[in-house]
Amino acid sequence: MIRYLSRRLAASGVILLGITLVTFSLTFLIPADPVRMIAGRSATPQAVESIRHQLGLDRPLPVQYVSYLVNLAQGDLGRSYVQKAEITTLIQSRLPATLLLMAGAIFFELLIGLPAGILAAARRGRSADRGIMVLSFMGVSTPQFVVGLLLLYVFANLLGWFPLSGYGTLGHLVLPALTLGIAGGGWYSRMMRSSMIEVLRQDYIRTARAKGVGERGVLLVHGLRNAILPVIAMIGLDIGIFMSGAVVVEAVYGWPGIGQLAWQAIQRVDIPIIMGVTLVAAVAIVIGNLLADLLAPLIDPRIRLR
Amino acid sequence: MKRPFLPAAVLAAALGISAAPALVPAAEQPKQGGSMVVTYKDDISTLDPAIGYDWQNWSMIKSLFDGLMDYKPGTTELIPDLAESYTVSDDGLIYTFKLRQGVKFHNGRGMTSADVLYSLNRAVDPTTQSPGQGFFAAIKGFDEMAGGSAKSLSGVTAPNAETVVIELSRPDATFLQVMAINFAFVVPKEDVDKYGADFGRNPVGTGAYKMTEWLLGQRVVFERNKDYFREGSPYLDQITFEVGQEPTVALLRLQRGEVDVLGDPIPSAQFLEVVNDPANKDLIVKGDLLHTGYLTMNVNTPPFDKKEVRQAVNMAINKDRVLRIVNNRGVAANQPLPPAMPGFDKSYTGYAYDPAKAKEMVAAAGYPDGVKTELFVMNTDPNPRIAQAIQQDLAAIGINADVKSLAQSVVIAAGGDGTAPMIWSGGMAWIADYPDPSNFYGPILGCGGAVPGGWNWSKYCNEELEARAQQADAMASPDMADKRVDLWRQIFVDIMADAPWAPVFNEVRYAMHSKRLAGDDIFYADPIHIPVHYEFVYDKDAQ
Repeated sequence: MIRYLSRRLAASGVILLGITLVTFSLTFLIPADPVRMIAGRSATPQAVESIRHQLGLDRPLPVQYVSYLVNLAQGDLGRSYVQKAEITTLIQSRLPATLLLMAGAIFFELLIGLPAGILAAARRGRSADRGIMVLSFMGVSTPQFVVGLLLLYVFANLLGWFPLSGYGTLGHLVLPALTLGIAGGGWYSRMMRSSMIEVLRQDYIRTARAKGVGERGVLLVHGLRNAILPVIAMIGLDIGIFMSGAVVVEAVYGWPGIGQLAWQAIQRVDIPIIMGVTLVAAVAIVIGNLLADLLAPLIDPRIRLR
Repeated sequence: MKRPFLPAAVLAAALGISAAPALVPAAEQPKQGGSMVVTYKDDISTLDPAIGYDWQNWSMIKSLFDGLMDYKPGTTELIPDLAESYTVSDDGLIYTFKLRQGVKFHNGRGMTSADVLYSLNRAVDPTTQSPGQGFFAAIKGFDEMAGGSAKSLSGVTAPNAETVVIELSRPDATFLQVMAINFAFVVPKEDVDKYGADFGRNPVGTGAYKMTEWLLGQRVVFERNKDYFREGSPYLDQITFEVGQEPTVALLRLQRGEVDVLGDPIPSAQFLEVVNDPANKDLIVKGDLLHTGYLTMNVNTPPFDKKEVRQAVNMAINKDRVLRIVNNRGVAANQPLPPAMPGFDKSYTGYAYDPAKAKEMVAAAGYPDGVKTELFVMNTDPNPRIAQAIQQDLAAIGINADVKSLAQSVVIAAGGDGTAPMIWSGGMAWIADYPDPSNFYGPILGCGGAVPGGWNWSKYCNEELEARAQQADAMASPDMADKRVDLWRQIFVDIMADAPWAPVFNEVRYAMHSKRLAGDDIFYADPIHIPVHYEFVYDKDAQ
């Protein structure tokens, strides 16, 4: 276990180093010159060069990369070109909303996806199965801004059950989390269904049934525990994805998450923010995957981490 | 002014309302109190007056800070502000400002001439990285300080605590305008030192409002400055700016009374429905804009190196069709200056729409079989649709343009480097930093902007006009103001003879506010303060 963990951590370190190379490349791959954007449209060439020098962007690329890594190691993600604020402050300010939305979204994904997937597997080939699969297909393929605006219009504007947009109370969370949950729930139900069907073919299920375990017990006790592994892995991935923000849903609901920050930074070519958010998301994906792998043996004792 | 994200909109000159009212008569003076909520799609970037340079923070900064000069509310007329009065030497080189007494910063300290000195030096100091640095180029000692060989501007001095003397190295008719722009606003040194680079999120000024809360990504709250030097102003006790609000949703919230002012333009999809609804008649205010949407043609790139081709483009564009794309939120333009700008030539008729003749001109210019080129455009609606309309118009006269729909910064970079044969300016268009015709020339049509990285995307440089422009801007004395505007008027008409641009339309702004908000219409379409003049609107509930 410890050996496994240290090996995984070392591998994660290499992955993250690779990611820093990618995020760093952003600074010179983007065709716009950030210095000119800071300097403004009436700047003299002299002023442009002065700012370039102050930002250290006139140094050779390898030197810039090393200094970027050194700062990173000290937890310094730099300052925004546009807002001039520390990137760590900006990202920190968005973390609570992002984590809350992530939790809400995963809650709805599981609430919708697991029962639907189990039911579809139990009723395989029958009309309930087909109905659920059609719905899940719709959930996955309907654009989030359509679902988001629809829910907003009906439940917030017409019925007035929830606030129209913003952040602060649980009421604000329901609609954006549900919007994400509907799309994710579709994925989860499909994954749950195929995994469950696979498990239900196993000998131990036949044994359980032969022992006289009821259908409910077969599904929820013997089936679910074995079938849920891929779902756990998917939650791990989800954590990483949500950490990079749910851009569309955050825009529709005015949710102050990381996605909004990233989207605005992309529009303003605020490269340090884009680099910071990318890095945070990458770290989250790595951690999410690691957590999913560590959880697996707790659920299925047959799995050993080596 | 740099206006990063919105499709064309913004700096309004309120000629929609013909005569600007004086300040509200004393008898009808609204009571102070109440509050309002303003929504924006984008986060507020910074409230540091030396840094902020977009349409959104521009007016917020104006209500937090003051400069030596300001504009009479609702107009483009200059008045002294932190200065009580000023004098100009006969040669136009020395400006002496007498400061208003008893002005206090939000931190309680009295403002003095030392603060004015500090603030001007700070804006020019290269380490501030102010995008407005260039505006101060006429001040004596600018080159030394901008170049790093001096620590302060030798031309700015304070003989005593109430007086500031500014010496210029050349007469500059726009100098008082520069003293009214945000970059010249007065900041207290102790707070700038305290917050450093974070001063933009902890602004301290002398203005009508002070900032009391900034929740990153969520809201910014302004409260009335009870020590504000203008008695009885501002009216509202509190303004809450909610950011990250999708305009479509913000409009729903406004209709439900949760929001008072839409900071962003009314969304296109809802525009006709909202504007045509009789219930909204008193809530929508219309104002002409100090803005021109134009097509630039690179005069160094074939086929636009031929004047006849550029003129033909001017004759080929169906401007009415373009206006329909923007829900008729604009008027057709025939010259660079917008109608609201001094120097606009009412009698100039421009190039009439005549595709048949335009086609002949393109053929006669050496392209009988047509010619291929590229049209760059920023990729946010409605700009690609406008570019497509222009593309069709040009195809009809034998100019076949590929539309390159790209991110704003990429289009700006291509324009600056001179690699874009044509650019539709929407979303990046020039809007005035201050209401003076010279501001529509230097960087975008003059030789100074026709350098790599410059904003003169046509790369048009006419030495003869350049000399006349310099002559006009040297006319600093007030009694030459009319003659100066005449000079500028002729410069822009002469530019159109060379046709480096095809001006297409001037935008009209439609502002919308809630029922409970009142105040003269002009303050919702103020030429300087967008989306509203925060100091002059008031809350009916508080009356």
